[in-house]
Amino acid sequence: MFNFFLLILIYAGIYALMALGQNIITGYGGMLSLTQAGFFAIGSYATAILATRFGWSFWATLPVAALLSAFFGLLIGLPTLRLKGDYLAIATLGFGEIVRNVLNNWDSLTNGPMGIQRIPMPDLFGFTINPYKKYAFLFMLVITVLIAYLLFQRLARSRMGRALTAVREDEIAAQSMGINITKYKVYAFILGASVAGIAGSFQAVFTLSVTPGTYTFMVSIMVLCMVVLGGMGNFKASILGAFIIQLISYLPQLTGLSSVIPPQFKQILFGLILVVMMIWRPQGLLGRESNRYGKKAAKSKGGAE
Amino acid sequence: MFTPVFSCYRTVQFSYEGESIVGIAEFFQHLMNGLTLGGIYALIALGYTMVYGILKFINFAHGDVLMVGAYVGLFLFDLLRGSSPLGLWTIIAFFIAMLISMAFSAVLGVFIERVAYKPLRRATRLAPLLSAIGVSFILSNSAAWMFGTHSRKFNYPFDNTPVHLGDVVITPHQILILVVSLVMMIILKLFVDRTRMGKAMRATSLDQGTAMLMGINVNRVISMTFAIGSALAAVGGILIALDFKVYATMGTMTGLKAFVAAVVGGIGNISGAMFGGILLGLLETFGVAIFGIPTGLKDTIAFGVLIIILLVKPEGLFGKVEKEKV
Repeated sequence: MFNFFLLILIYAGIYALMALGQNIITGYGGMLSLTQAGFFAIGSYATAILATRFGWSFWATLPVAALLSAFFGLLIGLPTLRLKGDYLAIATLGFGEIVRNVLNNWDSLTNGPMGIQRIPMPDLFGFTINPYKKYAFLFMLVITVLIAYLLFQRLARSRMGRALTAVREDEIAAQSMGINITKYKVYAFILGASVAGIAGSFQAVFTLSVTPGTYTFMVSIMVLCMVVLGGMGNFKASILGAFIIQLISYLPQLTGLSSVIPPQFKQILFGLILVVMMIWRPQGLLGRESNRYGKKAAKSKGGAE
Repeated sequence: MFTPVFSCYRTVQFSYEGESIVGIAEFFQHLMNGLTLGGIYALIALGYTMVYGILKFINFAHGDVLMVGAYVGLFLFDLLRGSSPLGLWTIIAFFIAMLISMAFSAVLGVFIERVAYKPLRRATRLAPLLSAIGVSFILSNSAAWMFGTHSRKFNYPFDNTPVHLGDVVITPHQILILVVSLVMMIILKLFVDRTRMGKAMRATSLDQGTAMLMGINVNRVISMTFAIGSALAAVGGILIALDFKVYATMGTMTGLKAFVAAVVGGIGNISGAMFGGILLGLLETFGVAIFGIPTGLKDTIAFGVLIIILLVKPEGLFGKVEKEKV
């Protein structure tokens, strides 16, 4: 039981990385992207292929996974981000499906629907981090999420975060203040994509095998749910959302009722969360984090810029 | 879990395995296949484009309304048909099932709008989109829960033996698709152009505020839009189900492609959606048959088209350029 709880925490950690990325795209940039699963898959396959074919260590594949996802983020972002937000949702949804389609069909590289097995376990200072012994893996993941959180938090308070907020609130006003809206949107998109790629790498070395079936549209919806449930524009809330959504999705197993509860239960619940939150609490559980400048920020963070 | 969308989209009827050298007969064969596929896309695209024209948002749940329509049609048809052999009665039963399914989907569409979109009309742009994705997820997974994840066969209401016209092979099903989609589009076009309600719809899509001032009941117009769009989606769902079976996630991919069709034609433009649908159907068929795109990547054609259109002519082939006002 305790081991199972650790598993939930690990998945919450992997998804929290994706949720942080989704939050900078959707929560800060106000763009509805539905393709975290696509970048997640790209990251996973980058690690899986580099590690099994070329014998790279996990830590060497990590930046490649991030860069590759970022590159595809740029590729899909450049044409669509110049347009109104609604197109982005469809284009990114389509991109996610294309990724899965390609992974399923490119047999020589991805081994098709069979996927890639026997991915080596990651090493850290000579220790092998065995995913079956979950503590070490969880520890590694917590550190990564923490680093990502701090980075994003700093970023949100930087010039870029302010620019993105302005773009979200009113594109035309932002543009007339001299903000290059496409540039900042693409930046946000690339960042969100690369962190999802990193999450994919961790997924690959945690499950030690990758199959295209893991990276469905469902994953993107779960990540979106995490951000919406926690509160858009709040990184803490995204992590909280990741934990709650993972807890919900393993609720049937946790309560021992998996034979009673239909397997679609969680998906229906995710759909309901989206609708209900939008109607009754669009700001999410924690609400948007306000930018506190000056004294208060200096006090609570222990240092002003 | 999600059934794999792509594996279910094998080219069953629409593609014709021929030689690589294209003869006239083969060309007409592909033309025919493309037109029928395109007719279905066009029917579904109409729902997207009408809603977008009036509410300026993408109804993500449209594809799942299509799926519900197909299920309702399937169950009703099987119920009405019983064990009677193919004949006049099965054809009548098919059309009765289709009409009831249209009515059911129309009510469902209006209900969804009332519950999930109407409260969000004054919210941010993101809110109705997220809500629509939620509705889509609820619908497809409820269907998977209630009816199972296996796909069901929608039996042909007639003998579907292909007819040979010279070297071109046409199935009665293709003729049915062409006739039904043509009739539906003509009725819709007449409705929008000639009736009072159609005029109100056009006025609302031009300027909602002014339409309201002119005494148009905008809420009623919006409900009507959802009703018509959903009814057409049900027809599209049933027509496509005859070849591709009925399953809980059938609406996802079909809906996406129909949306691409709507964008290609210029979203918000009714004739554009019809044209875009047929164009996309032709592109997919010819893309696989003549330009040698592997069948496994057939579904990516639509997205390639989407990206190209967005890059080159984002307002679509027949859309007007919208200037944003401050």
